[in-house]
Amino acid sequence: MIMFGKNHFIRQLFNSMLDLLPILLVVLIFQLFVIQQPIPNIGELVLGIVFVIIGLALFVQGLEQGLFPLGEAMAYAFARKGSVTWLLIFAFSLGFGTTIAEPSLVAVADEAANIASKAKVIASTQEAQHHYAFGLRISVALSVGFAILVGVLRIIKGWPLHYLILCGYIAVIIITPFAPASIVGIAYDAGGVTTSTITVPLVTALGVGLATAIKGRNPMIDGFGLIAFASLTPMVFVMAYGLLL
Amino acid sequence: MTAWPLLFLQEFVATCGDVLPIAAIILGFQFFVIRRPLPNPGKTFLGLIYVLLGITFFLEGLQMALFPLGKLMASQLTTTDFLGLSNSNLPIPWQAYTWIYIFAACIGFATTLAEPSLLAVALKAETLSGGSIRAWGLRIAVSLGVAFGIALGAFRIISGLNIYYFIIGGYVLVMLQTLFAPKLIIGLAYDSGGVTTSTVTVPLVTALGVGLANNVPGRNPLVDGFGLIAFASLFSIIAVLFYAQLAEWWNRSRFFINR
Repeated sequence: MIMFGKNHFIRQLFNSMLDLLPILLVVLIFQLFVIQQPIPNIGELVLGIVFVIIGLALFVQGLEQGLFPLGEAMAYAFARKGSVTWLLIFAFSLGFGTTIAEPSLVAVADEAANIASKAKVIASTQEAQHHYAFGLRISVALSVGFAILVGVLRIIKGWPLHYLILCGYIAVIIITPFAPASIVGIAYDAGGVTTSTITVPLVTALGVGLATAIKGRNPMIDGFGLIAFASLTPMVFVMAYGLLL
Repeated sequence: MTAWPLLFLQEFVATCGDVLPIAAIILGFQFFVIRRPLPNPGKTFLGLIYVLLGITFFLEGLQMALFPLGKLMASQLTTTDFLGLSNSNLPIPWQAYTWIYIFAACIGFATTLAEPSLLAVALKAETLSGGSIRAWGLRIAVSLGVAFGIALGAFRIISGLNIYYFIIGGYVLVMLQTLFAPKLIIGLAYDSGGVTTSTVTVPLVTALGVGLANNVPGRNPLVDGFGLIAFASLFSIIAVLFYAQLAEWWNRSRFFINR
C-alpha cells in the first residue's frame, strides 16, 4: 500500500462495503425471518466479511493499476507491430491458456464425468472418468481460444457483433436436439463458468485497446463482445463433444 | 478460526497457480514477439500483486462467511419440512415454492452486485462512455436480470419443463431487442451475460439448483440441477438491452418536452 494514497484506499474500502451490503442483507433477513435458526460461527462470519471487503478493494485497485493498463498496452503494441497473424496466435493462446487452468471448469468437468458414468455413457472406471473430464476441459479451452480469435478478427475487420452471436445461437439451437440429454444442462452452464475474474478484465482491456488503436473502430461499439462470444462457443463445443463420444 | 493464516496461504498459492498460464503467455509474447518493454513495469507489477491479494482475500472471506451460510440456506429452504408438505406423497404444485422463488431472485440479485468481473466491465464502460453509462446503473440492470433469470430457472427445475424451449425463447427475444436497441450498448450487453456468473454467483446458484433438484419429487439432480447459470447469463443480456432501450426512450421524451 505504498503506491496509492490513504484516502483513496479508504474510499475504495467504503465502496466495497456498499457493494457487499445487498448480499449481507439478503442472507441476514432470510436467516432471521424465514429460516429462524441461529447463525453458526458469528466470529468467523464477521472476519470473513472483512476479508471480502478488503479483497474487493484491493482487486479494484489492482485492476486500474495493473490488469487494464497491461491489456491495453499489449493491444497497442500488437496494433503498432501490424502483424495480424501474431495477434491472432496471441488471442488464441490467451483464451486457451486462461481456460484450461480455470478451477471452476475443472469442477464442472469432474461433475460432468460423474454424470456421464452414471448415465452409462462411459465406463464407470476412474480412468474413463479422468479421460472424459480431460477431454471436456480441452474442448472448452479450444472453444474459448477459438472464440477470442474470431472475436479479435471481428474487431480488426469491423464485422457487426450480432451476426456472430446470431450464428452462435443458431448453432446452439441446432445441435441441442442431437446432443445426449445428460450433457445439455452442463453444456449450457459451461458458457458461464469459463470466464474468470482475471480473464475478464484482461480480455476486455485487450478488446477495447484494439478498438481504440485501429482507425475507424469505436471502442464502445467494437471493443466489447469478446467475452460474449467466449461464453457462447463452449456450449456448442461441449455438446459436440458429447455427440462424438 | 486459528487455522485461517494457513488456509489463506493455500488460497494465495492456488490463485497464483491459476494465474501462472496467463502470466506465461503474456510474458512470452512480450519478450519474443512484441520485444518492447512495458510502459510502466513497476506499477503494473504492483497492480497485479494487488489483484492476486485481492482475489485471495475475497475468496477466503467468501469461504469463511457467505458460502457455508448460502449453501445451508439453499438446502434448508428446499426441504419438504420447510415447505410443510412432508406428509403428502402427492405431487407438490409449483406455487408451493414461493419462498424459493423469492430467495432465488434475492440471492441472484445480491451475488451479481458483488461480482468482481462485472465490476471490472462496468468501470470500463463508464470510463469509455464518458460517464453516460453509469457503472451502478449497469450493475443494477444486470443484477435484476440475473434475479429474474434465477427465479425462472428455479421455476423450470420445479415444473420440470424442458430447458431447451426457454433458451430458444430467450435467444429470439435477444435478437429482437438487438434490432431496436441503441448500437452503442449491444457489445456491452452481450458481454455482461458472460461476466455475471463467476466467482460469487456460480457456487451459490449451483448449490441452490442441485438442492432443489434433490428435494423436489421426480427431479433428477444430475439432469435438472444444472442450467440456472445459463438462465442467469441470458436474462442479464435481456435486462441490459431493455435498460438501454428505456434510457433512450426516456432521453428522447425529455428532449421533446424541453423543446
